[in-house]
Amino acid sequence: MNIREELGRRILVIDGAMGTMIQRYKLQEADYRGERFKDWHSDVKGNNDLLCLTQPQIITEIHRQYLDAGADIIETNTFSSTSIAMADYDMQSLAYELNVAAAKCAREAVKQSGKQAWVAGAIGPLNKTLSLSPDVNNPGFRAVTFDEVVEAYYEQVKGLVDGGVDILLIETIFDTLNAKGAIFAIKKYFRDVAAEPLPIMISGTITDASGRTLSGQTLEAFYTSVAHARPLSVGLNCALGAKEMRPHIAELSQLASCFVSAYPNAGLPNAMGEYDEDPQDTGHYLEDWAREGYVNIVGGCCGTTPDHIRHIAEHVKHVNPRPLPVVEKELV
Amino acid sequence: MSEVNSIKPYLRLSGLEPLIVRPETNFVNIGERTNVTGSKKFARLIRENKYEEALSVARQQVESGAQVIDVNMDDALLDGVQAMTTFINLLQSEPDISRVPLMIDSSKFEIIEAGLKCVQGKCIVNSISLKEGEQKFIEQAVICQSYGAAVIVMAFDEKGQADTEDRKVEICHRAYKILTEQVGFDGQDIIFDPNIFAVATGLEEHNNYGVDFIQATRRIKELMPLAGISGGVSNLSFSFRGNEPVREAMHSVFLYYAIKAGMNMGIVNAGQLVVYDEIEPQLRQLCEDVILNRNNENNEATEKLIAFAETVKATDKTEKKNDAWRSTSVEERLKHALVNGITDYIDEDTEEARQQYAKPLEVIEGPLMAGMGVVGDLFGAGKMFLPQVVKSARVMKKSVAWLTPFIEEEKRNNASSTTGNVKKILLATVKGDVHDIGKNIVGVVLGCNGYDIIDLGVMVPTDKILDTAQKENVDIIGLSGLITPSLDEMVNVAHEMKRRGMDQPLLIGGATTSRMHTAVKIAPQYEKGVVHVLDASRSVTVAGSLLGEQRGNFLSKVQEEYVRLQYDFANKKVVKDYLSFADAQANKVKVDWDSYTPPAPSFTGTKVFVNYDLAELREYIDWKPFFISWELHGSFPQILEDAKVGVEATKLYNDANALLDQIVKEKWLTAQGVIGFWPASRVAADTVNVHRDGSELELQFLRQQIKKAADQPNLSLADFIAPAEAGKEDYIGAFSVTIQGIEQHIKRFEAALDDYNKIMLQALADRFAEAFAECLHARTRKEFWAYVKDEQLSNEELIKEKYQGIRPAPGYPACPDHTEKYKLFELLGGEEATGIHLTESLAMYPASSVCGWYFSHPQSQYFGVGKIQQDQFKDYLQRKKMPEEELQRWLRPVME
Repeated sequence: MNIREELGRRILVIDGAMGTMIQRYKLQEADYRGERFKDWHSDVKGNNDLLCLTQPQIITEIHRQYLDAGADIIETNTFSSTSIAMADYDMQSLAYELNVAAAKCAREAVKQSGKQAWVAGAIGPLNKTLSLSPDVNNPGFRAVTFDEVVEAYYEQVKGLVDGGVDILLIETIFDTLNAKGAIFAIKKYFRDVAAEPLPIMISGTITDASGRTLSGQTLEAFYTSVAHARPLSVGLNCALGAKEMRPHIAELSQLASCFVSAYPNAGLPNAMGEYDEDPQDTGHYLEDWAREGYVNIVGGCCGTTPDHIRHIAEHVKHVNPRPLPVVEKELV
Repeated sequence: MSEVNSIKPYLRLSGLEPLIVRPETNFVNIGERTNVTGSKKFARLIRENKYEEALSVARQQVESGAQVIDVNMDDALLDGVQAMTTFINLLQSEPDISRVPLMIDSSKFEIIEAGLKCVQGKCIVNSISLKEGEQKFIEQAVICQSYGAAVIVMAFDEKGQADTEDRKVEICHRAYKILTEQVGFDGQDIIFDPNIFAVATGLEEHNNYGVDFIQATRRIKELMPLAGISGGVSNLSFSFRGNEPVREAMHSVFLYYAIKAGMNMGIVNAGQLVVYDEIEPQLRQLCEDVILNRNNENNEATEKLIAFAETVKATDKTEKKNDAWRSTSVEERLKHALVNGITDYIDEDTEEARQQYAKPLEVIEGPLMAGMGVVGDLFGAGKMFLPQVVKSARVMKKSVAWLTPFIEEEKRNNASSTTGNVKKILLATVKGDVHDIGKNIVGVVLGCNGYDIIDLGVMVPTDKILDTAQKENVDIIGLSGLITPSLDEMVNVAHEMKRRGMDQPLLIGGATTSRMHTAVKIAPQYEKGVVHVLDASRSVTVAGSLLGEQRGNFLSKVQEEYVRLQYDFANKKVVKDYLSFADAQANKVKVDWDSYTPPAPSFTGTKVFVNYDLAELREYIDWKPFFISWELHGSFPQILEDAKVGVEATKLYNDANALLDQIVKEKWLTAQGVIGFWPASRVAADTVNVHRDGSELELQFLRQQIKKAADQPNLSLADFIAPAEAGKEDYIGAFSVTIQGIEQHIKRFEAALDDYNKIMLQALADRFAEAFAECLHARTRKEFWAYVKDEQLSNEELIKEKYQGIRPAPGYPACPDHTEKYKLFELLGGEEATGIHLTESLAMYPASSVCGWYFSHPQSQYFGVGKIQQDQFKDYLQRKKMPEEELQRWLRPVME
């Protein structure tokens, strides 16, 4: 089934948080290590992406729960599966393997579920940024170069594609230049292998009510900066709950010539740093967006669970998707 | 449901903000001054590496109305790639400049690509062309597209630059077809530069250049309506260099016609465009004739404009000096000095502020606290690091020191003047402990955040801490300690606080402390609030929470967490399996003593090292712990390149080395050490007999008792000494080293209010002591004991403990009983040998001291004894012949 055609017919549902679900398993250092990394020289607890190798059955099971809850698109557990982010655990050499394994976990879950669903290879923002200096006294300093970022993303893309994903999803973008590195890498990869490029989904992060990304761009500037990816969809995720994200999604739905996605957090964190928005509430918010014609793809980010996804899916089931705008080719 | 939207084919660019070039946009000004080929000033600033100042050129362009900024670094004397990268990276951090899109301008594509790699927004590449053929053109266009840039295509092909109308149109059309049909560009992302050439040069064949451009523009827009038209306008008036009024008039007139023909952007000096209607009519008429090539037979129009130009005085355009921070208000200067840690002008700036404010205290409460507030925020946000904060504190202290006499004087004159309501925090390193780097750092950081710090120093008895706290009516008490016996002291302080009925919160910090220990052992002693603080950066938040309105809330949350930890702790205990002590002893390290001949040292007895060469020791320094003491975590030397802290780590490292140079050269410190070797034999499972000139001394060791995996021994250091019954002559060694002479320099730095160098010196002295231990251990292995004569290990390998043999210290995991240190010191000749004094908690003073045993056996290794059980304790008690209660106190950290 072609995802573009399906997006023309109905609103698709993307899954919810992976980290929140992993927490429920209360995994310990030894669980993260598994047999293969039992003697690894640094702590690996918290390296959720590693679980694709050491506890693949857990990751597949979480994917399954989301599929059963109504997700049409599931994201691979690869938010940090780049050589740059994995360096925190001295696991940079595993990046390719992690992506292949994560894609396979997701594919396996789709197979088990027996339903029609798409696997989106999740490409996270990296822990080093290309537009921001980590040093207040040296604003021109950069902790990483564009070429290094491209190299890391290229490897991730290769792993995701080899593992069998259907879509590449650049998400939680807080520095647009990092995302441009990912786009560059994707374009280069498909040129190099001379294959038909996979659809790209792009999802930025507006960090606060100023309506800007962390790297300072307004929503429209952000969209303009990534439009050359010719994405399947553009959207927003993370940082905000549905309530706070609404005006930005409304704006984006006016700007975008492609499909629009939105997967907010389960509200804003409470005093204890936990997300506690009720699944019903999330469902109501997203239904409102759908009725306004803002969205084509909806789902959840931090703090959301299969329960949230179930409610979201239920609420948008009978609502028409946002129609694609007419892209004019001539000046009138 | 909303109406179906439509998206228009406009050129869309972005910096931090979008720029959409609509038909009604008329004309986009592209700032030209950030171009080394066009602006002498800019070129000079870049050549002299004055990038900050060069930024002001860009800022001035935006302020003057440039909607895009053109950046060009094409200069034979410059490394263009590097200059482009540096300038654009800097520019990205100036939101008032980077809000507009950039035009990356170079004749070298590698410089263009370097620029594209630094810009998050959608920029314009200036330029690509068919100059080197279609293949190269397509290649470069694909790269531009991969970065999401729009392109300027210059009307240039394999034959050369287009000068006539027809050639211009022909080349542009060809390029457009390639870009849209083969590369996949959107028409609106293509901008043509049909070449603006100089007119009025005196050569007749140049006279029609203006007309050619304008006519070509009109035809290009008809053929390719989506594409844009741009050009470098100042070329036009090249022959009137130096005559700005005429040049400006020419530009305005030219643009007036070119824009009407369809030109929609141009590289101009945004600050210097005159309005067409405001040009003096005669000049305007002359310009029109020249540009439109009218009435220009035999250069007539040209001659007239030249003649007119001579009558126009060039107005003197003095460029405004770029004011650095020194020219800002005194408040701004103080803030700048604080944030950047600059002490150079602090006295004069403070004095200036004092004269402006009604009272000297207001300078502290106003601009100084505001500046430190910024520092605190940046530190809290992870944008400043500890070494910078300590430098900021130095500036603050110097400023306050300048003000203090004036404040004192005012107090004398006006008895009723109050000192405000500053919260007081008392800090102390507990009795028996001499370590205070961490505590000093906490003091500096809290001081930066506006707290009044009372620092009682090191080895402070409980009563003194609590008496002072009550007398001074402090708001918080903070305890620090590095060695394990200090943990008990802290429990004791908490217990005493309860007995005295105090109600100040108690903060616990220091290397040996932990959240778990605080929760399980200290917090239950005192219910008015005990909080473990992981590091200096957390101390501010914790102090703020404790002294604010949310105190109750905060404390109950901490309490909740500690209860949970206590519960975890209680439940965790049962999961560990222990062997009986007898079984543990039976599972000792298996050593084949029969086939082993213990190496004999080159001497027995002791050898003292007086005033050891610091330059030699410097080579042995392990830098990683040095950075950790500054709360910069990471491996050395990688930390110097670290993304987040690399720059600060490098500065710190350079400062440290500069101070090291001075320490070594001026002999600030003296390194004293002693080593010794004695025949030794294991006389019971965990007892080693040391034979010294006829007398004997028994060393007692503790053994791991936790149940180990199959084949894994329950280790005791005694296992590495040959048993008496093996009949082999074995040896044990010991060492102690210390770094002396720090006090006078510390006092000097304290007097100069220089915490930064004070902490630096303490940290370096610690590193010297460790380096000395490492150095003597290496020499012992190769020379004095000589059991590995040909050892070739790098410093890195030494740090990773890749050597044979070990040097464990009493009080540390392999031999956690501190009281064995008495025997070690006795063997080494007591306090006289090195001048190290043992405190009642068996900490060594000076604090920068290290001691330990030497074991040479190839199987000897570092390990942790872990928890011991009652049966081992009873056995050990018999062997130690100490009062049970006292031994219990010393061994508490290893007992369940």
